[in-house]
This record gives sequence, C-alpha cells and structure tokens, in this order.
Amino acid sequence: MSYNLTVNGKPATVDAPPDMPLLWALRDMLNLKGTKYGCGIGSCGACTVHIDGKPARACQTRVAAAAGRSITTIEGLSTDGTHPVQIAWQEIDVPQCGYCQAGQIMSAVALLNQKPRPTDDDIDAAMNGNICRCATYIRIRQAIHKAAAMATNTHIAAQRGEE
Amino acid sequence: MTRQASSPKSHAPSRRDFLRVSAVAGGGILFATSIDGVDAFIQAAADFTPNAFIRITPDNIVTIIAKNPEVGQGVKTSMPMLIAEELGVEWKSVRLEQADLDPAKYGPQNAGGSTGTPTNWEPLRRAGAAARHMLIAAAAQTWNVPVPQLTASAGRVHHSASGRSLTFGELAARAATISPPDLRSVALKDPKDYTIIGRATPGVDVKAITMGQPIFSIDFTLPGMLHAVFEKCPVFGGKVASANLDLIRQQPGVKHAFVVEGGSDLTSLLGGVAIVADSWWQAESARRKLVVKWNEGATAAQSSAGFAKRAEQLSKEKPGFTVGRDGDPEAALAAAAKVVEAAYAYPFISHAPLEPQNCAARWNGARLEIWSPSQTPQRGRDMLKALFNLRDEDITHHMLQAGGGFGRRLSNDYAVEAAHISKAIGGGPVKLLWTREDDMRHDFYRPGGFHYLQGSLDPAGKITAWRGHFVSYGPMHPPPNAPNTFAQSANIPNTEFPSGFVPNFAIEASLIPLGVPTGALRAPRSNAVAWVYQSFIDELAHAAGADPLQFRLDLLAAPRTKPAADGFSAERMTAVLKDVAQRAGWSKRAIRPSGNQAINTALGIACHYSHRGYFAEVAEVTITKDKALRVNKVWVAGDVGRQIVNPSGAINQVQGAVMDGLAELMAQEITIENGRTVQSNFNQFQLLRMRNAPPAVDVRFVLSDNNPTGLGEPALPPILPAVCNAIFAINGERIRSLPLSRHGYRWA
Repeated sequence: MSYNLTVNGKPATVDAPPDMPLLWALRDMLNLKGTKYGCGIGSCGACTVHIDGKPARACQTRVAAAAGRSITTIEGLSTDGTHPVQIAWQEIDVPQCGYCQAGQIMSAVALLNQKPRPTDDDIDAAMNGNICRCATYIRIRQAIHKAAAMATNTHIAAQRGEE
Repeated sequence: MTRQASSPKSHAPSRRDFLRVSAVAGGGILFATSIDGVDAFIQAAADFTPNAFIRITPDNIVTIIAKNPEVGQGVKTSMPMLIAEELGVEWKSVRLEQADLDPAKYGPQNAGGSTGTPTNWEPLRRAGAAARHMLIAAAAQTWNVPVPQLTASAGRVHHSASGRSLTFGELAARAATISPPDLRSVALKDPKDYTIIGRATPGVDVKAITMGQPIFSIDFTLPGMLHAVFEKCPVFGGKVASANLDLIRQQPGVKHAFVVEGGSDLTSLLGGVAIVADSWWQAESARRKLVVKWNEGATAAQSSAGFAKRAEQLSKEKPGFTVGRDGDPEAALAAAAKVVEAAYAYPFISHAPLEPQNCAARWNGARLEIWSPSQTPQRGRDMLKALFNLRDEDITHHMLQAGGGFGRRLSNDYAVEAAHISKAIGGGPVKLLWTREDDMRHDFYRPGGFHYLQGSLDPAGKITAWRGHFVSYGPMHPPPNAPNTFAQSANIPNTEFPSGFVPNFAIEASLIPLGVPTGALRAPRSNAVAWVYQSFIDELAHAAGADPLQFRLDLLAAPRTKPAADGFSAERMTAVLKDVAQRAGWSKRAIRPSGNQAINTALGIACHYSHRGYFAEVAEVTITKDKALRVNKVWVAGDVGRQIVNPSGAINQVQGAVMDGLAELMAQEITIENGRTVQSNFNQFQLLRMRNAPPAVDVRFVLSDNNPTGLGEPALPPILPAVCNAIFAINGERIRSLPLSRHGYRWA
C-alpha cells in the first residue's frame, strides 16, 4: 500500500504494509534514524515523535494511521541543532549513551509547547514514559527548566523588539 | 570537589608502573610501532603522525583518535582529552575519530571493568607530550633558537623573546623529521597548568545526539544490505527439531529462511531459525508466523523456585568447599556473647541496554567485515576467527557506538550470529537486529545468589567472627580438574570487606549447576555482595547497639588480619565515609535503634570498594504507610584518585550508577521457569523512570594522591544497602531478599 505522510514539513510517500509501525517507515524507508527502537510496546518512549503536534509512540502507530497526518521527528526540530531544547541538552551535557535522548527531547518539546514554564510535577507527568537506561534524569529535568527559561527570554526579547 | 589534607598514598605512579602498563598495552611499548617507524614519516611527508593517536596536517587540522568502544561511559571524550592536554591544543579545535579494532596499534581496546582511565592515564598523556616535544623541536630548528625558550599552547609553538609563533600545522612537515623522545621519560605537564583535564567538557557527540544523527550501531547501513532476525530456542542451548520454513519463505520480502544448528557454548552460536528479508519489518513479520518444534535439552526443568529450594537444602549441609579462611570462626561463634544469623538472597537480573543487540556483517568468500557495538571487540574477533577458521588479517572489525553497555556487550553472541548469517546466505551485507524480547530472554544475566551468614560480637560490641555460606551457581559441566568452578560472575572474592579486619573469618560455598547464561553486569559481584555484606554489617551494628557509621569506622580501624590482596586501603574508605557522613549531617540526623517514636524518614549509610574506587553513600528515604518509598536525596563521596579527567562526565556516571542501583533494588528480577526466562519487556522488568528518580544526588570526589581510576561501576554498589539500611531505621524491617517489590514496596 502507498501512504502519503507529511514528515518534517515535507510530503513523503511510503509503500508499506498497513500494519507496519511508523517507526520502521521512518527509519528504514525514509532514512530518518533519529527515532529509536527500544521496546516495540510503547513502554520506553525512545520512538517518540509528534503527530499533529502531539507526542506519540512511533512503534505503536501503524503507518496507515499516520497517513495524511503531519509528523515531526527529531530531525525536524532544527537543521543545525539550535532548537532551545537541543541547546539546553548540549549545554547541560545531558546524555551518557544518548540512545533515548531523541525521544526524551521530543517529549520535552511537546511539554514546553503545552506548558512554557513547567513545574517539576509537570515534568514528572510528561517525561515518565521515556526511559533513560543510563538514568540521566537529573540533567533532563535541569535541561527542561533551562530550555523553558531560554524560550521565555527569547519570547520576551522578541516582544521588546516589536515594541 | 575537595582535596584531602592528608592524602593516603598507595598507588603512586612510578617508572616501573608505567613500564608494566605499557607492556600490557601492546607490542614493545604502546606507541613504539609508529613512533619508531621511520617509514611512516617518509610515507606521510607533509602530515605529522607521531603515533597512532595524533594526526596533524599542514592545513592545521589536528585529529585525535579515540581508541576504545564508547558505550555511554564517556571515553570517546575523556581519552582524547588526555592527549589534547599534553599536546597543547585547544579542545574546541580538535577533530575526533573513532578507531577501528587494531590492538597492535592502539593497545587494548575494551570497555569493561572500569579499566579505561587507569590503563590509559599514563600512556595517552605521554603520546600527547611526545608530539608536543617534537613540534617544539621543529620550531627550534626553524628559528634556530634553543628549545627551552619555546612553549606550546593553543595549537601553536611560541617564542616569547621574539614574539614569533607558528601553528602546529605550519610545523607539521618539519616535526615529522624529528626523532621522537623516549616515551618513558618524556616530560609531562605540571597538573596546575592543565587547561583541558579537570574541566567539565560536554560529550563529543552531544550535538549529534540531540539532532538524532545516525551515530549508533543500529543506525548503520550498507548499500544492498539485507535484514535478519534470529529466533533461538527459549531454553538456552536448545536446538531446532523442525520449523515451517516453507511458509516463512513465502512471506513478503523474505529472501532466506534456514535452520542454524548451533553448538553448546552459550556464549557463541546457538541453535535457531534465521530469517533474512529486504527490510527488518518484513523479517520480523515473517517471524510472527514461524512455528518451531524445539529439542529443549537437559536444562528445560530448571527454575528459580527450584534453585531457591535447592539453596535452602544446601544451606543445611556441609558447604562444598572453602573460598577463604582466617582464624577459627566456629570456635569464636561458639564462645561468643552474641551471635547474629541471617539469610540473604538476590535474583538474576538483565542488563537491558536500551539499544537491543545488533550487528552488521559482510562475508565475501574469504574475508569478514563486522560493524559491532561490542565492549570487547578483540574477544569478538577471536571468536569469529575460531568459528570461521580465519586469521586476524581476514577480519575487519569496526567499532560502532553502543546505546548502553552495562556489561551486556562484553559478549559477542550477536556478532557471531550476524557473521554466520552473512556466510550462510553466500555472502553480502546483512544486519541482524534483535527484538527487545530477544534481548531480555537471551541475556547473560547477573547471577542470583544465596548467602547464609553468621556473625558474633564480644561484650564490647566488636565482631569476633564472620562466617558465610554462599550458595551460588556453577556450570552444568564443570571442568573435571576444577569441580568447584563458579558460573560466570557468580564467584565471590576472599577479599570482600570486612575480610581482613575480622580475626575469625570464613567464606564457604556450594554450587548449583546452572543452564542459564550469566555474565558481568555493571559492578559485577559487587552489585550483589555489597548489598549483602553492608546490610549484615548494619545488622551487627544494631545488635551491638552501635551507630552504623561509627561501627564501620571502628571496623576499618581494626588491626589487619592479613595483607590486602586487592589493594584495599582502609584509610581511603575511612576518608570517604567521613566525608559523606559530614555532608549528610549524619551525626545530627541518624536514627538510633533505641528510638521508639514513629518516623517515616531516615538516613541509611553504606560503603564499598570495587574497580579500584572507594565509595560511601548516604540515602535519605521516606516511606508512607502503604510502603510507598521515595529516595529524597543521596550523598555520594568517591575516591578515584588525584584527578577527575572530565568532571561533567564523571558526575553523570556517578548519578547514573546510583539510579541504576535503585532500579535493581526496587523491582528488577529475572525469573526462570521451565529453563527459560519469564520476563520479556519493560512492562515486566522495570527500569527507573523520571518520577522515581531522586531529585538530588550530591556527588563529591575526595581527591587522594593516587593515579586516577575508573568511574563506570564503583558508585553503584553502596546505594542498595544504603537504602535498605534506611528502611530498617524507619520501620525496623530488615530487607534480606531482593527486589523490594517482593516485600510490598513500590515507588511513591
């Protein structure tokens, strides 16, 4: 079957069986390897992408169900690694092995889009589905707060610029 | 970080130490192959390649080679930092390259045993320093000035008297003609002049990771590559009797489906069915239609419940053999004022690195090329050589970045499988990828174990005897000349503290034959025995009416009963215990066993020495009435020598190790039933999540005048007993079997 998706703002067509998880269409048909396979049952969050702006597990989304939807992967956050969440992750030096971090970042971006200044409880709720086997949770939390502060500052600066 | 006023000194560097390290590292000495090879200089006329780790081109690009496998422990950053520091370049200007496997060129290339830092601290700095001396000599020739007037920094050689300077690139061609200095005597920088070592440095791949770039082994592809899955017998070492291969071969995209006979060595190629397809999803979809009849073999009746029952029986019998013995524990126990007895047990657990096992292989009829996330690529190559009857030069082994190791990738089973599949289909590139279920059901598990302990106290509260009967596992078929062989990583050293500090001390053991593969998990042996011994020491402290911290300090101050066979320094352990206790406010907050008012929050303390590192940890734990448990804060004091190479990576490792231990403590258990693993995914085998993570893990390194040692492992073991000791302080429940979830506890 042929399915038309929008991936990172661009149209993409994949020829795949309808039950193929979006994860494998992204990784092996569209060569977007940033989205990771960890468990295949929606338990670890390594495959987190955004579908129509909301976080979703690509291993639990059939490619047929993603047809016609707008999908953002880690590769779509920025072309040069300068999304505020990416910068915060780099400056805090969050990763150890790094395997889960694309999924962590996608969950964090979705959280910040919903709640620009999240509390620790908000972070617990939004990030609890993303396992970091190296357990970099303290730095993930720090980086989310840092990204929130950066984004707010940027927003304030932009508003001042408009005045 | 703090520097201790009086630093104990036990492993100061010496010329002899370096020679020994170098001899271990590789032929002649570690860097001799390229430094002494004049041919190399002629061949690369314009480039300056003073050794295997450095390449400087005339356009002033400085490339440093990262020699060891990167599995998340940070060596791709920290080891090049050692070279860059002594070379005299700015870190941000350095390009990094990952080495392929070539131990003759690079020395040992492993990720295991927290050995990276202690093995490379001297040689890699000397490699950098040698290059710096050659660049300075080249500048001295160029300007015709004496060497002592020249300095090197930020990628340039400077002549301050004249204000002149040249870049390393400008000096490269001439430096390539300079005779290399003797690596054993080349002058190293004074640590006070360090500009890279000791600075918090982000991981070299952090940007690529945040951008989702394809840097992991699972991401690697080759043109025309096929994709494979491999279904093994759920009972370890079982073989295929029959399979519906005709149906599988008809599935979309499937190119090959065949039975692999396999052998009996659980670390190598085992029996199963391989399915090779155009895409991994096609191969996996076909596998879901696979029906295999197995010959499960002799271990299909084994179970965790059976092991526990057998251990209980063995505990009542005379132990099988003695691991170590000092004094006369039986007599001391018989004469003691007070005897404490306890039985401890812990389960098998899985490594569960987040990236499942995978490997790409390409057989071309005579040669084999491998792209593997192995922690022990050299051992992997040796296995492939033996299996395929090849020579070293017939195998090219590329070291790809791994999504976590934790000891799982010390084994090379996935590489053997990928290579076999490529060869079996007549050659060509194939990528094998395991499912999570494969990964959890075919691990080399941290072996479970059972400890039956007796300890005695004199009227003053001092330990007079300690006797342990360790019921562990042995192989199904031990070597005839060594019947008392432990299963892999199921042994216990005779050095475990308080061994050496108790006058009458014995460890005896009995073994249960095991058909389940076992192996090293982060801080192997220590991750279990520290929990047992540091919990039992706590039991003895309470029985003696003593403060658990003071009881440990007194024990460490007791006269040695024998020399420390493992280099253990009581002074260094005492220092980290005092540091962590002071920071956690132990003396003001520790709950006395006599206190009888109800509390729900308390501190617990424990310490452990492993992988050359000394760690003491205090956990502040809160338990609500329904046994919901929260670790509010952990304080860590660690002594891994005089210098932390990369503080950012170091703190990350320690915090991660503490949380890894908490995950093991709360809920992790692999159960064996009918010879096979019950759990298969993260819904049944719980890793730590954000909500469970302590919000603060306060790490301090207590610097001592010893060579730097590794940090991947030694911070893990103390956290398990520290939390259990806090639980006892709160509610009087002594946890003697793991995980905590068996006792009704859960994360708050």
